[in-house]
Amino acid sequence: MDLGWMAWTWQTATFFIVIAVFLVGMSLWEWARPGGSPRHGILGLDTTRGDRLFISLLGSAFIHLAWLAADPGALWIATVISVGYALAVFRWV
Amino acid sequence: MGKTWNNRAWFMVLPVLIIVALNAIVPLMTVVNYSVQDTFGDNVFFFEGARWFREVMSSERFLSSLGRQFTFTAIILAIEIPLGVAVALAMPRRGFWASVCLVLMALPLLIPWNVVGAMWNIFALPDIGLLGYTINHMGIDYNFTNQPISAWVTVVLMDVWHWTSLVVLLAYAGLQSIDDAYYQAAHIDGASRWSVFRYIQLPKMKHVLTIAFLLRFMDSFMIFTEPFVLTGGGPGNTTTFLSIDLVKAALGEFNLGSAAAMSIIYFLMTLLVCWLFYTYTMKGEQK
Repeated sequence: MDLGWMAWTWQTATFFIVIAVFLVGMSLWEWARPGGSPRHGILGLDTTRGDRLFISLLGSAFIHLAWLAADPGALWIATVISVGYALAVFRWV
Repeated sequence: MGKTWNNRAWFMVLPVLIIVALNAIVPLMTVVNYSVQDTFGDNVFFFEGARWFREVMSSERFLSSLGRQFTFTAIILAIEIPLGVAVALAMPRRGFWASVCLVLMALPLLIPWNVVGAMWNIFALPDIGLLGYTINHMGIDYNFTNQPISAWVTVVLMDVWHWTSLVVLLAYAGLQSIDDAYYQAAHIDGASRWSVFRYIQLPKMKHVLTIAFLLRFMDSFMIFTEPFVLTGGGPGNTTTFLSIDLVKAALGEFNLGSAAAMSIIYFLMTLLVCWLFYTYTMKGEQK
């Protein structure tokens, strides 16, 4: 199947593979420990693991956009901040 | 008693998953691919990294369209939601006239978007349109083709005319589902009309109003055809909303990279607002 029309690059392919790995990993986690480990986090929301992944990914996207808008330096710093943010979300939200 | 888990149900979801993958996920992935590249056509692309996102995020043009988009959405939500609830409250609850009202309310929703735009274009023309001519005849200077405020008023009126019915129908469905026992109890307690609305009708309509808000938010946030047919984004750029700007960039100027970056930012904003609204509305509710 020719997917040339989708204009793939290895960078975007890596991005989607990472997202797919997250989803498979979350499924395995759910299979190993069913129920989604719901809890009441610091934002006052009842979240499950899936909610926390969603909040992490969406927040990371906005961290990168804000970084690009302010343009204070290399983009990988925004990625490091996003990883820290995601860890914080999984720990406290 | 523990829940019964039947994972075979997931196979039933597979057809939907395949359809969504083909009509939503694959095109979205393609947009992501475009957003990091540049092209001069002929399916030849050059990698540009985050350049388009950087440009869009600091572009005056994008920020202006975004501002206009949020302003438009805020105005129509502020009008359509209360107006829709008010009309639903005023409608008869049963009988012949209830059916007549429902049909009348459904009529604007049946008209295609481009026809609504064309209709309002003719209706609001200052020289031959009924609305435009009447307003000018009353001594108010009105011409949506060259006055920004007139153009905005016309676009907002058109949207309110077209879509308030949706809120009415949803709110009406919410009202119909309230058991008479609630009204009887309120009557016995001597509750005022406002108290009945505040403590019985509004809470019972919460879910349908959430749906109404989300539908109207998303729909108005990606509005294209009606203002495009009515004003073409003008006069100047005063009614150029995000989607019109996006189409101009993608199809008019063939800036696929820039337009793809705009699309993704647009998508993320819609996702964020819907998630925030849904989460905080449903907070404390049983999921």
